[in-house]
Amino acid sequence: MAAPETPVSRRLRSVKHIIIVCSGKGGVGKSSVSAQLALSLHASSPTARVGILDVDLTGPSIPRMLGLDGHGVHQSSDGWVPVYADARGAGEPRLSCMSVGFLLKKKGDSVVWRGPKKNAMIRQFLSDVRWGELDYLIIDTPPGTSDEHLSLLEHLAPVQSRLSAVIVTTPQAVALLDAMKCLSFTRAVTLPVLGLIENMSGYVCPCCGEISNVFSTGGGEEMARREGLPFLGSMPVDTELVTLLDAAESNEPDLDTEKDRDDTLRSRSFELLQRYRKTSSAKLFETIVAKLIQTLPGVEQAGVAVSA
Amino acid sequence: MLAVQQSTPIPDPLSVPSNAPEHCPGTESELAGKADACNGCANQSICASNTPKGPDPALPLIRERMTSVKRKILVLSGKGGVGKSTFTAQLGWAFAADDQLQTGIMDVDICGPSIPTILGIASEQVHSSSSGWSPVYVQDNLGVMSVGFMLPSSRDAIMWRGPKKNGLISQFLKDVDWGNLDYLVIDTPPGTSDEHLSVVQYLKESGIDGAVLITTPQEVALQDVRREIDFCRKVGIRVLGLVENMSGFVCPGCKTESQIFKPSTGGAEKLAQETGVELLGKVPLDPRIGKSADYGVSFLDEYPESPASTAYLDIIDKIKQILGDS
Repeated sequence: MAAPETPVSRRLRSVKHIIIVCSGKGGVGKSSVSAQLALSLHASSPTARVGILDVDLTGPSIPRMLGLDGHGVHQSSDGWVPVYADARGAGEPRLSCMSVGFLLKKKGDSVVWRGPKKNAMIRQFLSDVRWGELDYLIIDTPPGTSDEHLSLLEHLAPVQSRLSAVIVTTPQAVALLDAMKCLSFTRAVTLPVLGLIENMSGYVCPCCGEISNVFSTGGGEEMARREGLPFLGSMPVDTELVTLLDAAESNEPDLDTEKDRDDTLRSRSFELLQRYRKTSSAKLFETIVAKLIQTLPGVEQAGVAVSA
Repeated sequence: MLAVQQSTPIPDPLSVPSNAPEHCPGTESELAGKADACNGCANQSICASNTPKGPDPALPLIRERMTSVKRKILVLSGKGGVGKSTFTAQLGWAFAADDQLQTGIMDVDICGPSIPTILGIASEQVHSSSSGWSPVYVQDNLGVMSVGFMLPSSRDAIMWRGPKKNGLISQFLKDVDWGNLDYLVIDTPPGTSDEHLSVVQYLKESGIDGAVLITTPQEVALQDVRREIDFCRKVGIRVLGLVENMSGFVCPGCKTESQIFKPSTGGAEKLAQETGVELLGKVPLDPRIGKSADYGVSFLDEYPESPASTAYLDIIDKIKQILGDS
């Protein structure tokens, strides 16, 4: 079945897997899970190339989480150049990122767009960004099941065989209800679901070590069982990670030349990669990624060694 | 005179005609008449012609309906999951605690309606009468309208693009028999997109009294609130103030307070200073708030002594003060 070639399919021909991270409800940690997924996949093998595309157009969080706030997008003859999170690392950069956040002049600017404009932006993101060769393209979505999601799937239809989704939820009933809607959505559009991740499952008091279930617990696992979905794991609230992704330590650099500024920005995000690997969440997430890689269709198991 | 003379049928968001092909997208769907499955369907031309046209004839009807609503308050936040719906519900309950006041809650989060669950009326349905759709009443003076009441099952997803969502929002404003209301609290989805623009546009003539912005302390959320403030300025809505939710967590074991979502850039307080928006208050993170929401009971009634309840009530008093109602 040869699907008709579109600018999107031509551009994404060299992308092996496209993983859409979604959830019905907002604020359950889609962006942080997307960021962690990208960081963990990046760390899973010394050659893995990972791209992360943020299609949350009215509330882009990925730039902040990867420490890439303040970067801009450059044009090249071959399309938009994504921003590399590991540009300072040794060797070729292999964690690329694209978000509407890079296109805004000021961080307080609002993007007040209705559906058709969002649709056009998403098409551009998919067809005009020079991702190059990628093993994984993670797509972070806004909450709900609306314009962005429909547009995404419409444009990605020619590469349907490489598409899959991860659903993120928090354990409380209100969030599970929306996660269920999200699952119904994936079924309606025949998008294979790799599994469910339960986020914010319990919080460890830094003082006495007691685990409190801030947003209840176990709901995600229960839902996965009921719906016959693979349960990928639960992530407790990790303040270390929240702080890391919130980029607490970094103040806005106040440097004169653009080159200096770029250098500072770059080293900040490279540091993030190093520091992420030391968090307790990174270890938990490694198991999730290992499970995920196994369920991905057509992965050469030998090629992807998960470091312990 | 009422705006609606005949009863307006309640749309079935997932309507599929009996003679439809197997993969019919539903007549209310954005793809109606255009999907692959529609080829050859007897209803295709009817579905495909269903396109929006001209200036909205609903506007005068909305104005008419809204004349009996005194205060219209929007609850906004840029980011999702910061507690908009929970706050809306508490606000509704607190207003309704006064027998003399009539309050309405309108949930315009079409793709993820949480209000019915939080208010404990998830299994209710909307009824239609000659004066419009009747809201679902939580108590005599607290009526609620949400798309959640129109779905056959809570599992069903609404996969609508903007225009369909706008259509429903306009119906919520013109076809719902709100009656005389002192307060109409409008809960919105995260972001600054179709739903927000529509509500603002439809209520332009009747006037919105103001917006309450909800945030959590971490920078990722504050970033989105900055955008929301920018949005309010662009469309000319008065910002009543900012509420910082999930601000600090008190361990039930050792009673030590810790910050789950660290205000790494100074939290809402700093943002309020920077932008000149008033900080209405901070509500601590209390696991019982989430639990009450899951069970659909009022947190304010269940745990009136808790610091979070006090914080909520203080904020609500401030809102009343700002509106000049106390």
